[in-house]
Amino acid sequence: MNKRVVIDPITRIEGHLRIEVEVDQNNVITKAWASSTLWRGIEVILKGRTPMDVGLIVQRICGVCTYSHYRCGTEAVENALGVKIPPNAKYLRSLMQSSLHMHDHIVQFYQLHGLDWVDVVSALSADPALAAQEAMKYTANPISAGEGDLRAVQERVTKLVETGQLGPFSNAYWGNRTYKFTPEQNLIALSHYLKALEVQRVAAEMLAIFGGKSPHPQSIVVGGVTSVRDMLSPARLQEWKQKHEFVNDFIIRAYKADIVMAAAAFGSEPSVLGGLNVPNFLATEDFVTTDGQFMFNQGVIMNGDLANVSDLDPMQIVEDVTHAWYKADAPQHPYDGTTIPDYTSLVERETVYGKLPTLNEDGKYSWVKSPRYNGEPIEVGPLASILVSYARGNQVVVDAVNGLLETTGLPIEALFTTLGRTAARMLHTCIVADECLKTFDALITNIQSDESTYTKPEIDPNKEYLGHAMIEAPRGMLSHWIRIKNGLVENYQAVVPTTWNAGPVDELGQMGPYEASLIGLQLEDPTKPLEVLRVIHSFDPCMACAVHVMDYKGQNLGEFKIDPNGF
Amino acid sequence: METHEALYQQGLARIEQLRKQKPRHSETLQQKLEQNGITRRDFMKWSASVTAMLALPLPFSTLVAEAAELADRVPLVWLHMAECTGCTESLIRTTTPNISTLIFDYVSLEYQETLMAAAGWQAEENLERALSAYKGSYLLAIEGAVPTANNGNFLTVGCKGHTGLHIVKEAAKDAAAILSVGTCAAFGGIQAAAPNPTGAVGVSEVIDKPVINLGGCPPNETNIVGTLMYFIMFGKLPALDMFNRPKWAYGARVHDNCERRGHFDAGEFVEEFGDQAAKDGYCLYKLGCKGPYTYNNCPTERFNHHTSWPVLAGHGCIGCSEPDFWDEMADFEKPLGRKLLHGLDATSDTIGAVILGATAVGIGAHAVASIFAKSEEE
Repeated sequence: MNKRVVIDPITRIEGHLRIEVEVDQNNVITKAWASSTLWRGIEVILKGRTPMDVGLIVQRICGVCTYSHYRCGTEAVENALGVKIPPNAKYLRSLMQSSLHMHDHIVQFYQLHGLDWVDVVSALSADPALAAQEAMKYTANPISAGEGDLRAVQERVTKLVETGQLGPFSNAYWGNRTYKFTPEQNLIALSHYLKALEVQRVAAEMLAIFGGKSPHPQSIVVGGVTSVRDMLSPARLQEWKQKHEFVNDFIIRAYKADIVMAAAAFGSEPSVLGGLNVPNFLATEDFVTTDGQFMFNQGVIMNGDLANVSDLDPMQIVEDVTHAWYKADAPQHPYDGTTIPDYTSLVERETVYGKLPTLNEDGKYSWVKSPRYNGEPIEVGPLASILVSYARGNQVVVDAVNGLLETTGLPIEALFTTLGRTAARMLHTCIVADECLKTFDALITNIQSDESTYTKPEIDPNKEYLGHAMIEAPRGMLSHWIRIKNGLVENYQAVVPTTWNAGPVDELGQMGPYEASLIGLQLEDPTKPLEVLRVIHSFDPCMACAVHVMDYKGQNLGEFKIDPNGF
Repeated sequence: METHEALYQQGLARIEQLRKQKPRHSETLQQKLEQNGITRRDFMKWSASVTAMLALPLPFSTLVAEAAELADRVPLVWLHMAECTGCTESLIRTTTPNISTLIFDYVSLEYQETLMAAAGWQAEENLERALSAYKGSYLLAIEGAVPTANNGNFLTVGCKGHTGLHIVKEAAKDAAAILSVGTCAAFGGIQAAAPNPTGAVGVSEVIDKPVINLGGCPPNETNIVGTLMYFIMFGKLPALDMFNRPKWAYGARVHDNCERRGHFDAGEFVEEFGDQAAKDGYCLYKLGCKGPYTYNNCPTERFNHHTSWPVLAGHGCIGCSEPDFWDEMADFEKPLGRKLLHGLDATSDTIGAVILGATAVGIGAHAVASIFAKSEEE
C-alpha cells in the first residue's frame, strides 16, 4: 500500500514550498508534487505605474536574488524603449551581478543546502587532529580547518548539544544513513558553515559598494547606474578588490575543497546519484567581461545531448496553468499571458503523519505556473549554464569542468545528478569570481577616457512599446517581459528560474524538474525525508520569485476588486 | 517622558528577573567570548556602541552588557509571511553582534524557517513546542505581510495547511512582545500596494496587541538587533513614534542627517544621473529623493557594516520605512512636489544658491514633515 508523505514547510529556502510524495512498500517515491503556497500579485501592482519604477518594484519579488530582478526589470524597460546604456554602466552592473553570485552561492551551499550533507551531531565525535589532516587532502591550504579551529568549533557545538537547546539545529534528520561524511569530514564542513556566515557578510558588502545596500540595492535606473562617485573613487574600487580577494579565497580554499570532499564521500550514495529526470537545459548569455564578451553562453540542450546545442529563441517560451491556481484556456506566451487566480482548497487524506489536508493532484495545486520551451519542461540554473557553455566549447568552462572531473575521478555523467547540480553551482561561482576581474579591469581602463554612466531615456506617450530582458540569476535563467502604453506599464510578466524548475504538471501530464527529480528516490524513513530535502535544495528554491505572477489583461485597475468568497 | 534614572531602574529589575530564569546554555557568555578570542574589553566596546545606537547615555552600557549575558533566557520565534526574505538576509548580514554569536550565544532562536535545520512536520513541531513551552515569555518576530483576502488562503504554511493569518494570531496570543520586521510586516509593504490583490496588511491589523514596527525595505540590520537588545534589556517596548517605530532609530528624518544636506541648503542639485553635480555629490532632491519625508537612521547607520546607503550611491531615498510609500511616494525619480501636494518642489527648483530661497526650502520641508510626525512630541 502506497503512503503519502507531506513536507511543509521546506525550510532553508526563500519563501514557502510544500512537497508531497507517494512512496511504495520499499519507500521508493513513485509520485511527487511541488506546490508553492504563497501568492503576492506583484505584476498586477505594476500595472498603470511608470516604467521608471519597475526595477525598484520587481526587485521586491525576492530579497535573496534581489539584484537580479532589479537589473532584469530595468533592462526589460531599456529594451522596450531602445535605450543603449554606456559601457561603464554595463561593467558596474556586471560587477554587482558577480558580487551577488559570490554571496548567494556561498549562502546557498553552506546555510541552506549544507545541513543536507553535513551531520552536525556526527561532527561531535570527530578527532580534530585527524580532521585537520583530512582537510589537507582537498586543498593544500585549507581555511578554518586547523586543529585548533576545529577543536574550538567542536567544543562550541558540543556545549550547545549538552544543554539540550539545539536552537536552529534541533529536530533535524541527524543520523540518517545517507549522510556519508566521516565525523572528521563533518567537522570540517561544520567549521566552514560557521566561517561562511562571516564571509557572506563581506560578499554582501561587495555588492553594497556600488549598489548602496544589500539586499535591495538602489543604484541602477533605466539608462544606467547612479553610483558614479563610487566608480570614480580609487578607494572604493580598491575596497571592492580587497573584499573580492577575501571572498574568493574562501571560495577556493573552502567551497571548492568541500565539494571535492563531498564528491569523494557521496560518490557512491544512490540518493544523490539520481535527481535528474528532465535532461533538458536552458541558459542565456550573461556576465559582461569586456565589451561584447560574456562569461557564459546561451543555448538549449534537449535530452542531455551535449553534441547539439540550439540557440535560445524567446518566442518558444509559454506558461501552462493546467494544475496551477490560475484560470486560462491554453498555454500563453509571456507577452500575452493572463493570470487570474483560481484557488481551490486542499484535500483531506491519510498520510504518514495521520489525516492531513493535502494537494489535489487531479485539480489545481500550486501558485507556480509551468513554463515550457517548445512544449518541453526544462531545467535552468548553474548546471544548465555550465552544460550549455561546456557544450559550446567555452574554454574557461571546459577547463573548469574537466578539471573537476579529473580531481574527483567522476565521469561526465555525474554532472546529471543531485551531486552534479551542487558541484556545478560551485564551478559557476569559481568562474564568476575569477572572470569578474576582467570586468573590473575593463572598467578601470574605460574610465580613463570615459566617465559616463547614464543615458537619459525618452518615452513617447503616444507609442506602444514591447520589450524583454533575459539574464542569469543565481538560480538560473530569468526573463522579464513588459508592454508599455500611454507611457505607463500596460502588462508585465516575469518568468523566473524557480518557476521553470518548480512548476506543477502541465496539460500533457509532463512533470517539471522538481517533481521529476524525486521519482525513484528511496527514503530511509518516510517520516524523516532527508533525501527529498537534499534533492530539492540542490535546485536552490526561491519561491517568492516563482509566485509573483499576476496579470489581469484588459481589466481596469481602478475597478479591480477581489471577492474573498469568489474563489 | 520617562527619566533615564527610572529607565535604568527598570533595566536593573528586568536583569534581576532574567537572572532568576533558568539559563539555557551551560556556560556563561563570557566563557564563550573568551573561547572565541573576544576580550572583555572588546565586549565592553560592543556594549558601548549598542548603547549609543539606542540613544542611551553611556552608563547604560553596563546594562547592555548584562542583558547580553542573559540573552539566552529570551526565546525568539521568527515567522515568515508574505515576503521576499530580504529582512532575514539583512539580519544575517548583521555585524553587531555577528550572526553566529547571535544564534549560539545571545538569544535562543527557536524557529526561523530560513536558518533552521528541521523541515516539514518536525519544523512545525518545533514551533508548537516553542509556543507552549515559553508561553508568555517568547519574543515573536514576523517578517512579511499577512494576506487576508480569500480567507487568508493566499498563504498557507505547514503540513496542517494553516493560513498565515491563523498562524500569526496563534503565535501572537502568548508572545511577550511582537516585532514586525520590515515594511511588509509593519504596514503591508509591496503586496499591499494598490490594488492590493491579496488583501495584504501589516501584522498590527490582524491582532489586538501592541506591535513594534521596524519600517524599512529591509530595515537596517542594526535596527533589528538593537530592538532585540532593547527588549532583552528592559522587557518592554522602546519609546515609539506614531507608527509604532522605535524613536531611537526612526526619530529623525533621513534629510536631517543626510551627508548631502549642505548641498540642499546651498541650492546645489543633481539635475540628471551621471552629470557633473552627481560626480560632485550634490543633493538628489530634484531626482526624487524622499529623504525629507522619511524617518530612519540610514544616513548615520548606513547598511552592510556602514558600507553605503542609497544616497551615497547616487540614488534618492524612496521612503521605504514609511507606510504606503509604494503608492504615496511613487514615481520615485520625481520630487513629490511635482504632484502639487505642497509647495516644496517649486521652491527648490528656483532657489539656486539664493540664501532666502534656502530658508524657504527649510521651512517647506519642516511643514511637510510635520504631517508625518504630528505625534512625535506626545
